[in-house]
Amino acid sequence: MSGRNEPLERIKSRRDAAVAAIVAGVPYVAWLGICFDRRGDELTAVLPFSDKLIGNPVLPAIHGGVTAAFLEIAATVELTWASIWDEVESGRMTPDASVPSPGPRLAKTIDFSVDYLRSGLPRDSYARARVVRLGRRYSSVQVEAWQDNRARPFAMANGHFLMPQGG
Amino acid sequence: MQQDDDRARAAKQFFETLPHLRALGGRLVGFGDSRAEIEMDWRAELVGDPRSGVIHGGVVSALMDTSGGAAVMAHPDRPNGTATISLRIDYMRAATPGSKLRARAECFHMTRSVAFVRAVALDDDDERPVATATGSFTVER
Repeated sequence: MSGRNEPLERIKSRRDAAVAAIVAGVPYVAWLGICFDRRGDELTAVLPFSDKLIGNPVLPAIHGGVTAAFLEIAATVELTWASIWDEVESGRMTPDASVPSPGPRLAKTIDFSVDYLRSGLPRDSYARARVVRLGRRYSSVQVEAWQDNRARPFAMANGHFLMPQGG
Repeated sequence: MQQDDDRARAAKQFFETLPHLRALGGRLVGFGDSRAEIEMDWRAELVGDPRSGVIHGGVVSALMDTSGGAAVMAHPDRPNGTATISLRIDYMRAATPGSKLRARAECFHMTRSVAFVRAVALDDDDERPVATATGSFTVER
């Protein structure tokens, strides 16, 4: 049970385990090399640059499809994180990424709309998502990705999601 | 006609050098007359839902984006290059696990500086799309 006197290390490890459990079961997230950095309840998706992410080898630039996938993963993980937060904090849910059972179900994307603002450079990318509406059945999420400068996003997106039903 | 064949061959070669498309195992299987088609095989590393083995939507996005760009390059105006401005994807259903995935795109309108594209993603079932997309692309002249 989370309380003022719960040891800090236990709180942190419970939250980190919850984030890890969301992502652990998704092969494509690992294939792209995406990981998540957590500060309190704030998640930042991190996509380290690698050659296989390149779309146009002449520039070079990150493939637009990779950018879209990165934004979509950041959005769905944030949405799942937001939807299980209360249960994780209360101790009702204790996800464990080391147990080989699938983590919490991810929401299904209904539609996803990406704005490409500038080309993705061969650098690491970061993304943060904001759940605009968290519903029982439908949710709406905005997400933004940047590289060197937080104030100069290279892509943003908004999407609608169907929430997992029945656990 | 010979020229068009040469162009299709050059485009095919260019798309075969795209590192991310190669990493996905995608192939340009159609190019010409403002249309392009990409296909790829199902692969375990690209799964988004381990419970069902369904390929992640991000892979569908990558195929849509690539086929869209290719369709712009296949327009008779012959742009020198293109980049995605925006892409919206509607997901109709999960792609059948184990099945091939294809994206077909058509550049249905081009102005001096903007190209408009629609695309559809299919698995083995031609009648029921996995996803549809609309996009706008830059036109480099």
